[in-house]
Amino acid sequence: MDIMQIVALGIITAILSTILKEYRPEFALKLSIVAGLVIFISLLGRFNQILEVLKGYAVKANIDILYFSTILKVIGIAYITEFGAQICRDAGEGSIASKIEFAGKVLIMAIAVPIYAALFDIILKIMP
Amino acid sequence: MDVNLIFKIAAIGIVIAVLNNVLIRSGREEMAMMTTLTGIVVFLMMVISLISRLFDTVRTMFQL
Repeated sequence: MDIMQIVALGIITAILSTILKEYRPEFALKLSIVAGLVIFISLLGRFNQILEVLKGYAVKANIDILYFSTILKVIGIAYITEFGAQICRDAGEGSIASKIEFAGKVLIMAIAVPIYAALFDIILKIMP
Repeated sequence: MDVNLIFKIAAIGIVIAVLNNVLIRSGREEMAMMTTLTGIVVFLMMVISLISRLFDTVRTMFQL
């Protein structure tokens, strides 16, 4: 889908949301949630193609598939966390949003543990 | 690409705002409350499949 369509969708949603905000603020929030969902779902196909290409190169370069899938997982967690936190922040719940972000950070750290472990193993091997 | 969904939700919001105003003016506060609740339920019915689709695709794409 074209960038023009996404920009137009965003502008239309913003206009409708400002109209609704005067009367029903909660529906303005729902509108922004749906706009985010629609934009992301329409971008998924393109993203899948990019991922396929990257995966192909990772296999060609003989990179351990563990590292590649870890990076993918980190990107996924970061995106979902950002999505949820942004919705909470739009709803005026900044504290919940920051807690969601904190949870995302902790989970990313937990997923990246094998990479840290490999790095520390290498460092310990180098050090006499 | 479901732009229609955005228009539908905006329309639901406007209609419910109008209904709410009319009902409150005519002194039926509890009915106004019920219309708001109905609007929220209708919205959730429409959007929950979209949210689950988003989570499913993210889960499969990033192998979470």
